[in-house]
Amino acid sequence: MNERQANPDTERKAQTLVLVPRVDVFEDVGGITLVADMAGVPKELLELHVEGDTLRLEGEIAADAPDKLEAVYAEVQHSRYRRAFALSPELDTSRIEAQFRDGVLNLRIPKHAHAQPRKIEVTVA
Amino acid sequence: MYESLLNLPAGPFAEFERLQRELQQVFGNVGRPGSIRAVASGAFPAINVGSTPEAVIIYAFAPGIDPAKLDVQVDRGVLTISGERASARPEGSEALSVYANERHTGRFRRTVSLSDDTDPSRVEAVYRDGVLRISVARRASMLPRRIQIQ
Repeated sequence: MNERQANPDTERKAQTLVLVPRVDVFEDVGGITLVADMAGVPKELLELHVEGDTLRLEGEIAADAPDKLEAVYAEVQHSRYRRAFALSPELDTSRIEAQFRDGVLNLRIPKHAHAQPRKIEVTVA
Repeated sequence: MYESLLNLPAGPFAEFERLQRELQQVFGNVGRPGSIRAVASGAFPAINVGSTPEAVIIYAFAPGIDPAKLDVQVDRGVLTISGERASARPEGSEALSVYANERHTGRFRRTVSLSDDTDPSRVEAVYRDGVLRISVARRASMLPRRIQIQ
């Protein structure tokens, strides 16, 4: 409770309704590829955070609406995307590569070199 | 609000949404008359429609599409947006595991019916940051104007 009072900003953020971006996640031997749909977010309003073992994607949709625009019908009803993922320790968060184009975020999270697969020789004693 | 909660792919209602979809397939959409072109929630691309005195503006949230592969047509008062989105799945990689596959791939098509006062010859479409913004102007004769009193 005290902790919450100490940080009203995160509490306020947690209460705002957000869009959860749809993602594809693939893993190959070298690491993980994450693709996220965040339509309407310009590059400068996209935020990527790694805190401990949590990866957080956030983005704000830039309003491109003329004055006097009246909503008639809306399937997208919030203006902020947010989604978090727990990362496992073999992933190297210091070497994440990110590309953002046409509202699609492409993240490559490589594995640590020591976590790369290697073949273990079986010797017969 | 209700629909958008159901739309969250990983939200608490995701499983409920799947159940609802299956029930709809079995029983149909009983007792809830909607638009004749209504689609199940979660259709791609998501569409918002806004209106100003001068135009009707349609926003289609279609990220990651080559604008050359987007097709926008207006025919007898119905606006159709169609196109195709390639899969993000890396090719030629052996030992690939797929943990999430929520993004739409393949062909898509959505339609919006326009009101009678719009002018299908004055349509502008701009694709930016993954959002297709289509503006259909209203007919000049339909715009509100002030009438002079003699």
